[in-house]
Amino acid sequence: MSNNEQTNSHSHFPWSHLIGFGLSIVLTLLALWVGFASDFSFRTIMIIVVILALIQAAIQLLMFMHITESDSSRIQVGTILYAVFIAVAIVAGTIWVMSFGMHNMNM
Amino acid sequence: MKLDEFFVTGDPLIYGADVSIALTMIGAIFVLTYFKKWKWLWTEWLTTVDHKKLGVMYIIAAVLMLFRGGVDALLMRAQLTVPDSSFLDANHYNEIFTTHGTIMIIFMAMPFLIGLINVVVPLQIGARDVAYPFLNAVSFWTFFMGAMLFNISFVIGGSPSAGWTSYVPLAGLELSPGVGQNYYLLGLQIAGIGTLLTGINFLVTILKMRVPSMKLMQMPMFTWSSLITMVIIIFAFPVLTVALALMTFDRLFGSHFFTMMDGGMPMLWANLFWIWGHPEVYIVILPAFGMFSEIISTFARKTLFGYKAMVYSMVVIAGLSFLVWVHHFFTMGAGGAVNSFFSITTMLIAVPTGVKIFNWLFTLYKGRIRFTTAMLWSLAFIPNFVIGGVTGVMLAMAAADYQYHNTYFLVAHFHYVLISGTVYACFAGLYFWYPKMFNHRLNERLGKWSFWIFVAGFNLCFFPMYFLGLAGMPRRIYTYGIGDGWMSLNVLATFGGVLMGIGFLILVYNIYYSFRYSPRETTGDPWDARTLEWSTPAPVPHYNFAHLPEAKGHDAFWIMKEEKKQGKAPEKKPYKPIHMPSYSGVPIIMSVFFFTAGFGMVFSWHWMSILGLVGVLATMVIRSFDYDKGFYVSVEEIEETEKKTTL
Repeated sequence: MSNNEQTNSHSHFPWSHLIGFGLSIVLTLLALWVGFASDFSFRTIMIIVVILALIQAAIQLLMFMHITESDSSRIQVGTILYAVFIAVAIVAGTIWVMSFGMHNMNM
Repeated sequence: MKLDEFFVTGDPLIYGADVSIALTMIGAIFVLTYFKKWKWLWTEWLTTVDHKKLGVMYIIAAVLMLFRGGVDALLMRAQLTVPDSSFLDANHYNEIFTTHGTIMIIFMAMPFLIGLINVVVPLQIGARDVAYPFLNAVSFWTFFMGAMLFNISFVIGGSPSAGWTSYVPLAGLELSPGVGQNYYLLGLQIAGIGTLLTGINFLVTILKMRVPSMKLMQMPMFTWSSLITMVIIIFAFPVLTVALALMTFDRLFGSHFFTMMDGGMPMLWANLFWIWGHPEVYIVILPAFGMFSEIISTFARKTLFGYKAMVYSMVVIAGLSFLVWVHHFFTMGAGGAVNSFFSITTMLIAVPTGVKIFNWLFTLYKGRIRFTTAMLWSLAFIPNFVIGGVTGVMLAMAAADYQYHNTYFLVAHFHYVLISGTVYACFAGLYFWYPKMFNHRLNERLGKWSFWIFVAGFNLCFFPMYFLGLAGMPRRIYTYGIGDGWMSLNVLATFGGVLMGIGFLILVYNIYYSFRYSPRETTGDPWDARTLEWSTPAPVPHYNFAHLPEAKGHDAFWIMKEEKKQGKAPEKKPYKPIHMPSYSGVPIIMSVFFFTAGFGMVFSWHWMSILGLVGVLATMVIRSFDYDKGFYVSVEEIEETEKKTTL
């Protein structure tokens, strides 16, 4: 079996994981600070938080999810496209479904 | 908190449960001690990372949960048989239908299927274990501890009572102030970790661990269905995780995601729940489809009709499964455009499903059919599932759904698809793969008795419910009046329910009977089957394959047998040492800490939840610094084992 040799690629210190972990925490704290303690307008806060979230998603994919380590880019592209499809379906679908009839409510 | 608030008191049924739980535990401890089996239990089972043993443990847990969920079902039927019955009070009835639904879906159907996937899929693709054996053990133990946490609720603290969908505001703090709903949230959360890990594990296993000669489009259909199921799990379960976490915050820490006041959106819970919940029903039906495909092909003695169409229709089902969730709450009143869109996507799913039904029928066409018990379950599935499917299309029409919604029509529909789909498949798969797991077959005579009684009971129980629904009987009511005119059909349904219970008991007796009296297998291929798992000897060695098999097309083992008949014997190659993973006690200990943390959070005993989480973290650290890279099975041991097993 090909996994007879449990390769030693993990024996070095996992710097990229550590940096990714640190950056994730910093970005999350930053988002919290923007949300709770800053004086920006609601709109600006939303934009900043979404941008921070996207940066964090990219960091996760790069540092933890080994997105650059595959030799077949076809599978990677397919997976990412499917993930984007599901994410858009869930988020856009939820907004569409949940915002309908809002004008009837006192919000 | 006083002791009589901690333990549930006042109901004779609960006291009976207390006594039986205590007796079972004392009995188990006594037997293990008397026969000196503690060490054996720990070294052979509790610490195992072997996919076959984990699969068996999944199935045992699932059968136990089927018993628990079945008892819940019979209690409900007993209450509803006659009008104005006072067997159960309203709250007790609510608790029972909540635990029945949750247990049957999350702790019975899923582990039963995942158990069979665990046993069968690595063997079908010629692998010696899954990609991440340690993770597989973590999956099982987190599922098991989550299930136990949920199950103890009915004797400690009180059961959840807001339905398996747990809609807010009913499930919120104001209307469900007890700890029951916390059990639901934490039990599902912990079990969900296991399911998500299983999804990742088997996705990688199927993509990366196949024998090199097996192409994707040559994989057995059960493996294909498992692969697609794993993709759905990976994309759907995070939604449940988030939704459960948000409701946990609402209930424990005073946030307002789903509350009525302070900007919360109660319907957002329903929305998120069904974004997970609808893919979930495909998670429990696609592996069932895969099993029926294998069994029908084997016992019709034909290769599966329309292999590619089967694969593509599953891919389409998986894609559509994320686009239909609103059909669970058409009556929320999201408006014409939303309802029409989701109505159409829902009806579209009937197309690929219909393709599959026809493929099974064409596989049967001109086949030389053997009516084994596994085959009988598969054959009964087709007409029963079609009834469930057709009524599903009726429900998919948003305008008509306003009429059916929240009636027994819906109850009949989803039991028709879930029982004749998933439960029949679990039984069929159990009979089919039993000799692979336990080295003897289940008795066919008892199997057929159990089959006929269960199927007759199932149809007697649920077919009348369509008419009860059309006659206006709402679901989730604990009693009804004599003037409603629902009694005769309810009596019929209860009669059917009792028959299903008898069918299940015969199955359980069959397990005992076959263990005692069934002849042991002399070959690894009792059914003259077609796929690679049957090429392993009996009993299956712990390393599965001494030599990796070669897959030369669909039905790889069938091709091997044909070649053998033509005199092309495979050449004898020398054995090589086989690398296998070591067993580990970390998964079970980690899961006990998860349980501790969950139990602490249920009762808001924060010292206990912090202790549990620290334990989880500590076991993770221990695992991270564990440099055990497994061991090699020596050539001598392989020779010894291969001599003992019969091929």
